[in-house]
Amino acid sequence: MTDRVTGTERVKRGLAEMLRGGVIMDVVDAEQAKVAEDSGAVAVMALERVPSDIRRDGGVARMSDPALIEGIKEAVTIPVMAKARIGHFAEAQVLQSLGVDYVDESEVLTPADEAHHIDKWAFTVPFVCGATNLGEALRRISEGAAMIRSKGEAGTGDVVHAVRHLRLILGDIRRITLADSAEIYGWAKNLQAPVGLVQEVAETGKLPVPMFCAGGIATPADAALVMQLGAEAVFVGSGIFKSSNPSLMARAIVEATTHHRDAAIVAKVSRGLGDAMRGEEASKVELKLSERGW
Amino acid sequence: MPKIGVLALQGDVREHVSALVALGADVVEVRTPQDLAGIDGLVLPGGESTTMSLLLESSGLFEPIAERLAEGMAAFGTCAGMILLAGEVLDGRPDQRFFGVVDITVRRNAFGRQVDSFEAALDVEGVAAGPVDAVFIRAPFVERAGDDVDVLATVDGHPVLCRQGNVLVAAFHPELSQDLRIHDLFVGGL
Repeated sequence: MTDRVTGTERVKRGLAEMLRGGVIMDVVDAEQAKVAEDSGAVAVMALERVPSDIRRDGGVARMSDPALIEGIKEAVTIPVMAKARIGHFAEAQVLQSLGVDYVDESEVLTPADEAHHIDKWAFTVPFVCGATNLGEALRRISEGAAMIRSKGEAGTGDVVHAVRHLRLILGDIRRITLADSAEIYGWAKNLQAPVGLVQEVAETGKLPVPMFCAGGIATPADAALVMQLGAEAVFVGSGIFKSSNPSLMARAIVEATTHHRDAAIVAKVSRGLGDAMRGEEASKVELKLSERGW
Repeated sequence: MPKIGVLALQGDVREHVSALVALGADVVEVRTPQDLAGIDGLVLPGGESTTMSLLLESSGLFEPIAERLAEGMAAFGTCAGMILLAGEVLDGRPDQRFFGVVDITVRRNAFGRQVDSFEAALDVEGVAAGPVDAVFIRAPFVERAGDDVDVLATVDGHPVLCRQGNVLVAAFHPELSQDLRIHDLFVGGL
């Protein structure tokens, strides 16, 4: 028998590397999951309600029904992710036992802990976490996150906060690469992040894990924008299944993500898609999901 | 210096590019048919084979790559790339396309889901200086290898590294280890 070592840092981050350049789509049932796979999604995110419905309906948003997640797993051959509440390690344990491929410890659900995130090193399944700035990203990585996604403002269809968060994270990374050894300690203090990780960022000029973008992406051009800003893949939530032609929109966002630097292709796939999700200006929404996380 | 294309529609393209550059190759990322001009070999990276299949069609790359492979262009595929080069694919999507240049039957996600993904020390035929550190991610394995296929490494009896002529396929991701020996098998043969 070959000795197999599971759940290593490299194996966890490795799946994120495989998803680069792709689109991960929010789906609420097996039928939507099929549409996502048919349209070229690299993975699906199983959840009970897409973020715009969570905003509209209110109430406590929790992990999905395991039966729903199992139905989605049955329906597609691509990786299946699912969301757990911030700090709710018991939900994460359930998701791991269901064999989901990635757990999203997500601000889109109602947080279960006001001070702590999940100790993600304790799991075999890898985790993705949201971040609005570099300090938050590095704190999540120090807790064991194997992928970071910039948060944006989920469920709005407004890309402005996704851009803000990407620029904050990537801008600070660029600045840190210019810092001298004494300044690294200042950065660690200001970012409230472990100095070892800040040093690693200074040396490599990037996060130690892949960085994807989420929150407010609603069109192929939105995907091309965040990819050119430096995101390595995109999560699309309400943007697909709240548009007038989900399968066409999904397919177009997949193409635009791959060919994000080729404006002629982005133009071609943007034609005749019907209506994008109506959306809401992110600055006008009262409930700021991106402020959840510590 | 050989010129090597890396299929850059989706997946861990950057890691393959770094490994090839470290071995002294001239590397070009391939997203359109024009990018295939003048390449001596093509690397098909890890990623989602279903997504890549669809993007190969829409980008107009499928037919020109198939033609170049039929003319004898060298290729190296890892994980999803192995699936794309295989002769037969099990547990795939019915509409999934592949090039069929290696006479093997590959089962997708044969080692299981992400919680079963693993690292292992792998003895590889023709690679000296100890086992290779191999990373398997929702990995496929080979269920049947034809007579013209050399099996270079196995995990519990399942072939995971095969060569037929100048086409090399791996179920694991040598591009994720710092170890360049598997890439060297490919580049060295050009």
